[in-house]
Amino acid sequence: MAITREHELHRRRSGRNVGLALVLMAFIALVFGLTIAKVSGGSTLQAFDHSYRPALDPDNVRFQQR
Amino acid sequence: MSDARADIPYAQTGDAEFRDYVALLKPRVMSLVVFTALVGLLVAPGTLHPIEGLAAIIFIALGAGASGALNMWWDADIDAVMKRTARRPIPAGKVAPQEAMALGVALSGLSVIMLWLATNALAGFLLAFTIFFYAVIYSMWLKRATPQNIVIGGAAGAFPPMIGWVAVTGSISLEACLMFMLIFMWTPPHFWALALFMKSDYHKANVPMLTVTHGRKATRAHILVYTIALVPFALAAGFTSIGGPVYLATALALNLVFLHGAWAIWRRDEECAEADAYRVEKRVFRFSLYYLFVHFGAILAEAALARLPAYAEFALRFKILEVF
Repeated sequence: MAITREHELHRRRSGRNVGLALVLMAFIALVFGLTIAKVSGGSTLQAFDHSYRPALDPDNVRFQQR
Repeated sequence: MSDARADIPYAQTGDAEFRDYVALLKPRVMSLVVFTALVGLLVAPGTLHPIEGLAAIIFIALGAGASGALNMWWDADIDAVMKRTARRPIPAGKVAPQEAMALGVALSGLSVIMLWLATNALAGFLLAFTIFFYAVIYSMWLKRATPQNIVIGGAAGAFPPMIGWVAVTGSISLEACLMFMLIFMWTPPHFWALALFMKSDYHKANVPMLTVTHGRKATRAHILVYTIALVPFALAAGFTSIGGPVYLATALALNLVFLHGAWAIWRRDEECAEADAYRVEKRVFRFSLYYLFVHFGAILAEAALARLPAYAEFALRFKILEVF
């Protein structure tokens, strides 16, 4: 049989669950942000897409700068 | 040391709400920790990515909260008999003692590891030491053993600006030590002023506060002596890289007022204090809160003033602000 009556206990548990969910989401966002900050070291990130891109080739970049 | 208090049963009133767990972390203490750690972090030489800085502040605050939860677990028997603390989650029966302990231990580990990963190992170590100091040295040992509990326990509250500084620089310097000493030496007169007008509470809880063990006259003398000892540290910070004319002028004014208040407390006797319901003691206690807040505010102001030319150059280069 389904519980149909809302008890004060349910309200407290629901508040606790929502609070915990928000804290966990904030933690995930913070760890993600930290990862990006640590990996990028302040500069923008470019993904490698399995095809040659001269801009990502350090030798090519050095050659261009000469 | 005894582990008796962990076994004390408190009548449970039902499932705890989310805010009861937040209350275990002592949010009011956390706000002071956030502020002082933020000042330490912002005035330190060097740079930190804004997200790393945000993470550092969050995890320092979380570490402070974790030690607060451990303190509430251990001191639940004291909290239950004191009017000021009787409504805390454990004595009120909202959170079970073991649950508070588990939360404290879990958040301690999480905050230390995350601060280490976000900044550096020394900052993580200092946070771990702070939690250990507050939960074990102060709560489990000194609080019930010596009337000097406040003096040594005050070190736990003094670490956050140092941790903020170390998070940026990776090392401890004179400036970080002076910010530590400012809070460390401020704590005894601040709490003893409170103990003077909250006398019955500490007495009832059998906590060896100076007022109980050495009497109120000795406590008044201690407030004056510690306030005098505090002044050199507060002024010395003005001659380091975190100080300057704004800080020095502010510190001079604040210390004169604080000294005057401590002198007034010392000169009064109990009859006089009871006659006006501890007006002077309450005034000095309230002022001591502003004392610390304004000192750190002045340190922050000095850092902002020192970096103003750099901001102006940045604004000029990118045409953000035409006034420069």
